[in-house]
Amino acid sequence: MATLLEVNNLTIDFTTRNGTIHAVDSASFILQEGQTLGIVGESGSGKSQTVGAIMGLLPNNATVSGSVKFQGQELLGLDAKAMNKIRGDRICMIFQDPMSSLNPYLTIERQMTEVLCLHKGMSRKDAKIESIKMLDAVKIPEAKQRINYYPHEFSGGMRQRVMIAMALLCRPKLLIADEPTTALDVTVQAQILNLLAEIKQEFHMAMILITHDMGVVAGSCDYVEVMYAGKLVENAPVEALFATPKHPYTQGLLGAIPKLNDNLEKLITIPGELPNALHPHAGCPFADRCSKVMDICRTQMPGSTSEGPDRSVKCWLYHSGEVA
Amino acid sequence: MFKFNQQANSESLYLQVYSRFVKNKVALVCLFILALLVLLVVMAPWFSPYRYDETNFGLSQVAPNLHNWFGTDSLGRDLFTRTMVGGRTTFLIAFIATLVSVFLGTIYGSIAGYVGGWLDSLMMRIVDILYSLPFLFFAILLVTFFGRNFILIFVAIGAVSWLDMSRVVRGQTMSLKHKIFIEAAQISGLSQIKIIAKHIIPNLIGIVAVYTTLTVPTVIVISAFLSFLGLGVQEPMTSWGLLISDGAANLTSWWLVLFPGLFLVLTLLCFNFVGNGLRDALDPREHR
Amino acid sequence: MTPEKKVLLEVKNLKVYFKVKTKNRLPWQAKKKLKAVDDVSFSIYEGETLGVVGESGCGKTSLARSLIGLNPISSGEVIWKGKNIAKFSSKEWFLLRSEIQYVFQDPFASLDPRYTVGEIIAEPLTVHEPGKSQAYYREQVLTIMQKVGLTEKMINRYPHEFSGGQAQRIGIARALILRPKLLICDEPVSALDVSIQAQVINLLQDLQKEFGLTIIFIAHNLSVVKHISNHVMVMYLGKIMEYADKYSLYHMPQHPYTQALLASIPEPDPVVEKSKKAVLLEGDLPSPINPPTGCVFRTRCPIASAECAEIIPALENTNVGAAHQVACIKV
Repeated sequence: MATLLEVNNLTIDFTTRNGTIHAVDSASFILQEGQTLGIVGESGSGKSQTVGAIMGLLPNNATVSGSVKFQGQELLGLDAKAMNKIRGDRICMIFQDPMSSLNPYLTIERQMTEVLCLHKGMSRKDAKIESIKMLDAVKIPEAKQRINYYPHEFSGGMRQRVMIAMALLCRPKLLIADEPTTALDVTVQAQILNLLAEIKQEFHMAMILITHDMGVVAGSCDYVEVMYAGKLVENAPVEALFATPKHPYTQGLLGAIPKLNDNLEKLITIPGELPNALHPHAGCPFADRCSKVMDICRTQMPGSTSEGPDRSVKCWLYHSGEVA
Repeated sequence: MFKFNQQANSESLYLQVYSRFVKNKVALVCLFILALLVLLVVMAPWFSPYRYDETNFGLSQVAPNLHNWFGTDSLGRDLFTRTMVGGRTTFLIAFIATLVSVFLGTIYGSIAGYVGGWLDSLMMRIVDILYSLPFLFFAILLVTFFGRNFILIFVAIGAVSWLDMSRVVRGQTMSLKHKIFIEAAQISGLSQIKIIAKHIIPNLIGIVAVYTTLTVPTVIVISAFLSFLGLGVQEPMTSWGLLISDGAANLTSWWLVLFPGLFLVLTLLCFNFVGNGLRDALDPREHR
Repeated sequence: MTPEKKVLLEVKNLKVYFKVKTKNRLPWQAKKKLKAVDDVSFSIYEGETLGVVGESGCGKTSLARSLIGLNPISSGEVIWKGKNIAKFSSKEWFLLRSEIQYVFQDPFASLDPRYTVGEIIAEPLTVHEPGKSQAYYREQVLTIMQKVGLTEKMINRYPHEFSGGQAQRIGIARALILRPKLLICDEPVSALDVSIQAQVINLLQDLQKEFGLTIIFIAHNLSVVKHISNHVMVMYLGKIMEYADKYSLYHMPQHPYTQALLASIPEPDPVVEKSKKAVLLEGDLPSPINPPTGCVFRTRCPIASAECAEIIPALENTNVGAAHQVACIKV
């Protein structure tokens, strides 16, 4: 499998009137063709900003450094014109709230044909035929009629399908899904995740799935990156991560999730609060909440330690003593 | 037990608004100018060698010079002193009339907005009727029936300027009343009046403050207009509006219009900038 | 033999209908109604937690709001201490406030940003016990703050200075300062991060033990209510589909909707997930203004038949568990 996306030491800072926010700190990962990577984290973990940097969608007050190579081409620092060619064509993104990414004043047909006309130079007629085909692929019933509807005439789950259809029009190599099912009901979420899996197979697409839901990760991802306070603290193939989580945060997160099949009376919690992005302290950001914290954790951030094939963790518990 | 991840010092919302406001240089400068103007109009006449009503037919319509900084009017009265005294009147009217309109408009609008239903419809229809009264007609009616009376100027201005405020407050109240913390107050057992007083009105202060600073220029212009008509401020007492209207009759003596006009324009401009600055400082998008 | 548990709240045939503005309605045509809660009956026992679960549009929030007086009750009875609160006057509601309280979903929205934490928590107390000294109020506030895990320093701070989890604790403290008997929690952890959700759920369990609270816990996810509930009720489009004690519901779900819900929840276990047979519900939620005739679930039900369109299934006892009730003619 060829390497599709290579991210190296990606660092994103935001300058605000209250100070500098260190949103992402030295994130590095590799995505192979056809693979699904899950990026998991809670608020302030920096997961959305990471993909924002890949797509070139960060606001003006962001300072980005590091390297993001897509099919060998460096994306960071690319000018707007070149980035626009890649966005929507080879890398596509779907968001949590479909209503805010669909133009409420235009029919679905207008919005979808626009993508094809722009990127593939198709005629409006051909674009419409292709769009209807895509709506069928995402299982929108009566696609031929419904393509003329406005976004508000669809239900939440349907709108999400429409957005997926729009994202797939150009047969992208990479689909980034930022919390695509968080706003949906659990039964609708199951439908959408199932759809994404089928589409991925059919179109030979790679996917980056961002979520805070470990259950979604377990069912949909091949590989997982765990983020906390802007740092990638652990990565592993999905079975390995759930079977033997190494980082105390991952362990805590898995313990804190209510599971249907356990017999616990009470949930195991991670004490304390998520850190403040404006005033990070030295050392590991999880130190305040870690049950296995050591002195060195509070002063120095650990580097990455390999813990087996394709997995690594940033934690002093596994580290021999090198600094990040 | 739990570590804070916030700033060390507690910041009330008012403090936040204040700090945002002072970062807006234009608004801050305008606020200083206004303060200076108020100080000036209050204190300058005490130090002037002339009285505002001191006529001197020998010095009629003299251009600005070292003795009369702003020149004199047709009756030989020193324009500088009259401008300052006129400023007192203008600010006084503006202050009182605005206060009345804010008070009336806020209470009226918040009750109509919160209670809703038939009461709201009734109250707002009254506002609509008053709004549609042609102001000129109304003012002339007042003069015809009650003659020229200083109190009337407040009645006339009051009758008009609170309407806008009540509509704005009603709109804001209607959006506030669906907020969850209002429901939480209902669940805590607070009565409607208590909710309006404790939760609605304090959350209206922002928009009321902004509209107040925007009401003041309106009030000043209305009072100038009324003085022009002969209603309200009577000779020899003056206001900026009167000075301008007198000066307009004698345009060859350009100083008669220029100086009071400059002061009026400056004041209106400053109030507008301060109002804009306040509105930006209160903008919820600036909040976390 | 277990002692008979006392029923604290009994809901009988509760209906919460909303009027809907329809375009182009001629005067003689009937007004359309949104049937948010449609003929719901259940009981809550003292000291227990009832989990109410359903997806969007199922009526769980409308139900909760009607029990606290925020939504008008169209018909039916809600019996509290022998009286029907559906017919209460505002004076009676006022007295009821110290017995039934509410925790909202969005922690920040429920706190007035212009007041300090101390003032917010003290407010219900100042209303129901007016005229006491400042010291008394302060002491009561500090006591409850300590119980929900807030420190004394926080009493003079403003809501925006806190995180979501802390803000929710403030909301819980305010709800509990009057020591109510029943606490209705409307999706209290949905807006919080996962690692914080667990803290708040555990906190509610601890508080329940300490204050002898009865809790109605509303959620859209069956896994969230699992730890805290004694009984669980599943709702769909305004009606109860299934009601059972916790063990029964999770291990022997009878209603096809419950089964689909349980199957849809992604388990944090890749081996389980990847080998799962997809039990997908087809289609979308019908409109609550035009619900399907007969059983409201039949349009998406894998085992529906023609009769399901004609009979509205009643909530009946099954022989699966002690208190296990199901509304389905096929079971």
